[in-house]
Amino acid sequence: MQFLSFVKKEFYHITRDKRTMFILLVMPIVQIVIFGFALTNEVKNSSVAVLDQSKDSETSALIEEIDASSYFTVKKQLNSYKEIEPEFKKGNIKMIIVFPQDFAEDLKHFNKAQVQLISDASDPNLANTMNSYATNIIMDYQNRINDGLKLPYRIKTEYRMLYNPQLKGAYNFVPGVMSMVLMLICTMMTAITIVKEKELGTLEVMLVSPVQPLKIVVAKAVPYLLLSIVNISTILLLSVFVLDVPINGSIILLVMEAILFTITTLALGLLISTVTDSQQTAMFISLTGMFLPTVMLSGFMFPIENMPIALQVLSNIVPAKWFYSIVKAVMIKGVGIGSIWKETLILTGMTAFFLLLSIKKFKIRLA
Amino acid sequence: MSENVIITENLTKRFENFTAVDAISFEVKKGEIFGFLGANGAGKTTAMRMLCGLSIPTSGKATVAGFDVYKQTEDIKQNIGYMSQKFSLYEDLTVKENMQFYGGIYGKSDAFIREKTDFVLHQLHLQNEAKKLVKSLPLGWKQKLAFSVAIFHEPSIVFLDEPTGGVDPVTRREFWNLIYQAAEEGITIFVTTHYMDEAEYCNRVSIMVDGKIEALDSPSGLKRSFEAHSMDEVFLKLARKAVRGE
Amino acid sequence: MRTLKFLLQKEFRQIFRDPAILRIIFVMPMMQLLFLPMAADYEMKNIKLTVVDHDHSSYSQQLISKITSSGYFKLTDYSSSYNNALHDIEQDKSDLILSIPSRFEKDLVRENEAKIFMAVNAINGVKANLGGAYLGMIIQDFNREVRLKWIQFPKLNPEPTIEVTYSNWFNPLMNYKFFMVPGILVVLITMVGSFLATLNIVKEKEIGTIEQINVTPIKRHHFILGKLIPFWILGLAILTIGLTIARLFYGIIPVGHFYTIYVFAAIYLFSILGLGLLISNYTSNQQQAMLISFFMMMVFILLSGLYTSIDSMPQWAKMITRLNPVTYFVQVMRMVVLKGSGLKDIAPQIFTVLGFGIFLNSWAVFSYHKRS
Repeated sequence: MQFLSFVKKEFYHITRDKRTMFILLVMPIVQIVIFGFALTNEVKNSSVAVLDQSKDSETSALIEEIDASSYFTVKKQLNSYKEIEPEFKKGNIKMIIVFPQDFAEDLKHFNKAQVQLISDASDPNLANTMNSYATNIIMDYQNRINDGLKLPYRIKTEYRMLYNPQLKGAYNFVPGVMSMVLMLICTMMTAITIVKEKELGTLEVMLVSPVQPLKIVVAKAVPYLLLSIVNISTILLLSVFVLDVPINGSIILLVMEAILFTITTLALGLLISTVTDSQQTAMFISLTGMFLPTVMLSGFMFPIENMPIALQVLSNIVPAKWFYSIVKAVMIKGVGIGSIWKETLILTGMTAFFLLLSIKKFKIRLA
Repeated sequence: MSENVIITENLTKRFENFTAVDAISFEVKKGEIFGFLGANGAGKTTAMRMLCGLSIPTSGKATVAGFDVYKQTEDIKQNIGYMSQKFSLYEDLTVKENMQFYGGIYGKSDAFIREKTDFVLHQLHLQNEAKKLVKSLPLGWKQKLAFSVAIFHEPSIVFLDEPTGGVDPVTRREFWNLIYQAAEEGITIFVTTHYMDEAEYCNRVSIMVDGKIEALDSPSGLKRSFEAHSMDEVFLKLARKAVRGE
Repeated sequence: MRTLKFLLQKEFRQIFRDPAILRIIFVMPMMQLLFLPMAADYEMKNIKLTVVDHDHSSYSQQLISKITSSGYFKLTDYSSSYNNALHDIEQDKSDLILSIPSRFEKDLVRENEAKIFMAVNAINGVKANLGGAYLGMIIQDFNREVRLKWIQFPKLNPEPTIEVTYSNWFNPLMNYKFFMVPGILVVLITMVGSFLATLNIVKEKEIGTIEQINVTPIKRHHFILGKLIPFWILGLAILTIGLTIARLFYGIIPVGHFYTIYVFAAIYLFSILGLGLLISNYTSNQQQAMLISFFMMMVFILLSGLYTSIDSMPQWAKMITRLNPVTYFVQVMRMVVLKGSGLKDIAPQIFTVLGFGIFLNSWAVFSYHKRS
């Protein structure tokens, strides 16, 4: 069948470009590794310094506590207030804990002593978080002193972590990585590959053949579809076996939704290819118009609820946002199609819209 | 007494298990129009690239403008001009800007560039197009411009790689007029082509088959030797022996 | 040197006549700088809370209102049972469940101990931790208030208290944008410098004009300089545009000196342009170059400390960040803009990036072959 000959040709294009193939297959793995193991919003081993003007048993004990926690590493001890600013300017220390003189004495005699946390608030979030954790450590220490005293009127809080008892960051990123990889491969590469033929003039040659033009274009997309399925499998396998992220819901549902999203991104790629003739522009549109919004507004890197209303509304037209909710829901919460039918419908609608628009534009060009 | 500006001796280029150019030996005299013919795949372009310093030979010897193709490629480049199959003018620069650029990178003075630019524009009747982007020119004009740009810096030898591809016969004639003019001014022309009729325009012609030079003589000499009426016939007689084809 | 002048003339003419490049250079930065900082807010606010109150006592109500008035939480639902509350979490309507048992007030007053139950949607681990931490702090505060009401106020504190005071330097308004914008500027300059430079050379390869250059006596280093310099200048131009936007839209005025930023940017651009050139030497068409450049850019940007802190990374990732020029620029940008660090303070970064630059560019010049 003629269609198949085109698909075969497209496969040859891709598989013979070893460098590109390598990157297309390796990229998701690298991303998963980076996101899964290197990136985290959690605070770990933050470098802090201590200015201990009291140097007594209490302060030493507290400093030990802080250093021992996984959140902080006490890198150095300062000797005076004057050293604080230069230390911050050098850039490595994120917080300085200051104990005033007579700390233990004050605590013993007046039941009250002070600790000052000076944070480098360039990263306000980190500063807030560090303040919070440091305070908790100090409060814990304080409570331990108090426990011995058995105070009346105690409220005891019991915590339970749902879905992610070990608080792994990976749970959040895996669906995000899938979106990013698909966006990049399906949208950008597909768009570029079609436009490249336009640029080289070979598209015209194919258009002259008896095969319908739409089939030619779809034939271009097929290899990337298959490549994406391979990538999705890679990502899922890595997530389950290397990152210990479970698939609590139905795998079949997950894979089907993934294929749906792949088709969405392919349709986007097709759409982009109809509006430009230059590879560089295709790349530019894919990156700025698709990839960047996907990263920014889909909700996996930055929480949507923190964004200004305008952006929150905008995020609704980013297909990745819906895909991200779907994957989270199925993979991690384990729900069935009943809970995600709305998102699935939206995604399907978007796909149909993109496809129809591409077909229309494509026909116009040929007319 | 004309000196030899190109001398090759058993020049060979091998790729892995394939010998593209097989021990060719020939000389080109100063001011000659030397045609380097052969079918596609015969090894013409590879041979020319070696002479231009774009490719290192596997074995054999060659000198271009007196410089060695192994060790003195930069000197060679200073003394030659080149026009490739794709013309390689910058499409997004104007006619004038292309000339300015190539004149400049060959180290010509501003005065020279100015004068020569005016001269070329006049010669090609492109005065009105001076400030237009090259991409807006029709193919024939681009091609003639590319040739003029190739010899803009007045090199002693100019290499032309299939310069007349895709152009109508009238334009091709005009192009060859330019070549004659350049030859008259003492520039040696080394041109590859697979248009056999253009062979008639050359002083001498060599025909490559399967990497070897199977014939080297003036067009009339070749026609006599092969008992042919046209260069086409000469070529067909030789090509029948060929193993490598299109 | 004259050769260089002609090369540069040609490059600049070509760049400014290419609409795609111009759009990339000017539109992309604008978009990124305007939208990204608005989206990139990791601050924890509006954590969605569902409350299950089985007690309906005055204490439970007081606790709830204390929590909701803290500003960290948004009360999205009042549920009648824990199971219903779980539905909220399943449907992402809520991040946290606070469950107050039915004898809360009575137990607290009569038995001296009452329990409260918190369930957190821990998919976003940090949110969970922080949400829990904030809630914990508020509950403790409430606890202290209750205790104080019941116990007479002695002259001294009834219990040993460590009072923690906070001082936030360099960003007193705790504005997250101040942190993100300099970093985003780094990304922009990196993309223009490296990405576009690579594409530029590879395009010439693809079209064939590069062969015309190879046949001329243009020396390797002239050719490479001819490609480097325009994008170097463009990179600095983007820096200027970016700093202007930062000033106009976000009111960010660097505490440190402008020249510190420019000196470092100049060296940094030299370094990543070298990387871009290197990539172009090893790729033959634009598609390949785009993919490879983009991939490398992405890895570099992710592992640069821009979005997440380097301290939290495992050892192997930290080593990669040390080999990554972007890391240093992000550091320097933030240090100079927010803390006023000077040339002396950033000397180690300058030398490191300079070293990278020399290495990468030498490799690029060396591996550029005018002939095969």
